[in-house]
Amino acid sequence: MCTLEKHGDVFVLTLTGSSDVDEHRFGPSAIDSILSAIAKAKAEATPGSALITTSHGKFFSNGLDLAWAQAAGSRAGARERLLYMVESFRPVVAAMMDLPMPTVAAVNGHAAAAGFTLALSHDYVIMRRDKGVLYMSEVDIGATLPDYFTALFRAKVGSATARRDVLLRAKKIKGEEALRMGLAEAAYDSEEQVAEASMRLAKQMAGRKWAGEVYAEIRKSLYPDLCGVLGLDIRAVVSNSKL
Amino acid sequence: MCTSEKHGDVFVLTLTGSSNVDEHRLGPSAIDSILSAIAQAKAEATPGSAFITTSHGKFFSNGFDLAWAQAAGSRTGARERVNYMFKSFRPLVAAMMDLPMPTVAAVNGHAAAAGFILALSHDYVVMRRDKGVLYMSEVDIGLTLPDYCAALFREKVGSATARRDVLLRAKKIKGEEALRMGLVEAAYDSEERVAEASMRLGKQLAGRKWAGEVYAEIRKSLYPDLCGVLGLDIKAVFSNSKL
Repeated sequence: MCTLEKHGDVFVLTLTGSSDVDEHRFGPSAIDSILSAIAKAKAEATPGSALITTSHGKFFSNGLDLAWAQAAGSRAGARERLLYMVESFRPVVAAMMDLPMPTVAAVNGHAAAAGFTLALSHDYVIMRRDKGVLYMSEVDIGATLPDYFTALFRAKVGSATARRDVLLRAKKIKGEEALRMGLAEAAYDSEEQVAEASMRLAKQMAGRKWAGEVYAEIRKSLYPDLCGVLGLDIRAVVSNSKL
Repeated sequence: MCTSEKHGDVFVLTLTGSSNVDEHRLGPSAIDSILSAIAQAKAEATPGSAFITTSHGKFFSNGFDLAWAQAAGSRTGARERVNYMFKSFRPLVAAMMDLPMPTVAAVNGHAAAAGFILALSHDYVVMRRDKGVLYMSEVDIGLTLPDYCAALFREKVGSATARRDVLLRAKKIKGEEALRMGLVEAAYDSEERVAEASMRLGKQLAGRKWAGEVYAEIRKSLYPDLCGVLGLDIKAVFSNSKL
């Protein structure tokens, strides 16, 4: 599931698991857990807040809980469960777009499919250079992408070639390449360094003391097509006491 | 016109002509011929198929058969024929978007206007570095672009500057520059090397054994505006036997 802690002004959402090689899959409970954590951060937001999402071990997240889907026992049942998770995850991406504070994904390990989508839902992605890949596995698994996944990638990945390589070629992208493709802000040589750098970046952003509501609306205005797909409104906000 | 062959799992469509300097112009019969070849590949597709389009000699293709248009004998007649070719070519681009397998354009020589469009309709473009250019000649000839051509360039060519240089400046783009502009995957020093590299890439992509229907739908989801213009639906597909 996940935990939410506060380090000064920085909320830290940690995807938790049972071991160092836990894949931190998003099943219905995990998705619920994450939604609650984001809602809590939103409720407690002040100018000077920031959010980091991270995990520990080999995986950031390997995506939706396909094992839970298959446990339905039939192909129709599996598809129903998969669609259920896809639809439940949609509000997570929406909530990240709406979160009134800067967000950083501290990607400690592999981020695949919905795990990659979660990372990319953040304003900044920091990952490891020595281990771990970003990977949209859908074409390898034999599933098309939900509309909001595609919209997120179109919004955040500027290069048509990069989008093709990520989504159509299912490239497994290491840190250096992620930097070149504009997918990540920075890449470091260990999980600890990723954590430190993410905290440093988050505190730096938090120190700008942005008005959260303004920040969120400006963020959404960067990604209008994605917001359209997610059903999010974008509005004008003036939060300066002198204006 | 063209020939279709199979090299293992890889379909090879070759634009044919009467000599080494044949421009492989795309007139009504050629377009028909290519459409049939694509339809045949689609009908025979299996996971592990791939499709290469190529030609031999100085030209990949120099575009529509403008000589045939002029042979109408009048300006009105010529325009009718040009419009006819634009209209006939639309289903060809649509068929390439819908083809349930990875596609590679092995550009052996000059690719201009509709020839350039044909190349760009493929998932990957490999061209020569020593000879040949990519060239959208329309503004030089005095023809505007059909809607689907503009849409193809907008979605495949990520940089606004590159799009302007290609379409509005009618730049003649050699291999190295095509690489920099993100128009091609790779550029090689001879027609033979282009052919080898394209086959290598084709086989590599075929080796991923992607489910063709899933692949085609993900491809289309990369280019939604183009699909809208072409009237192509994009649907959700699951082809995993466990899901």
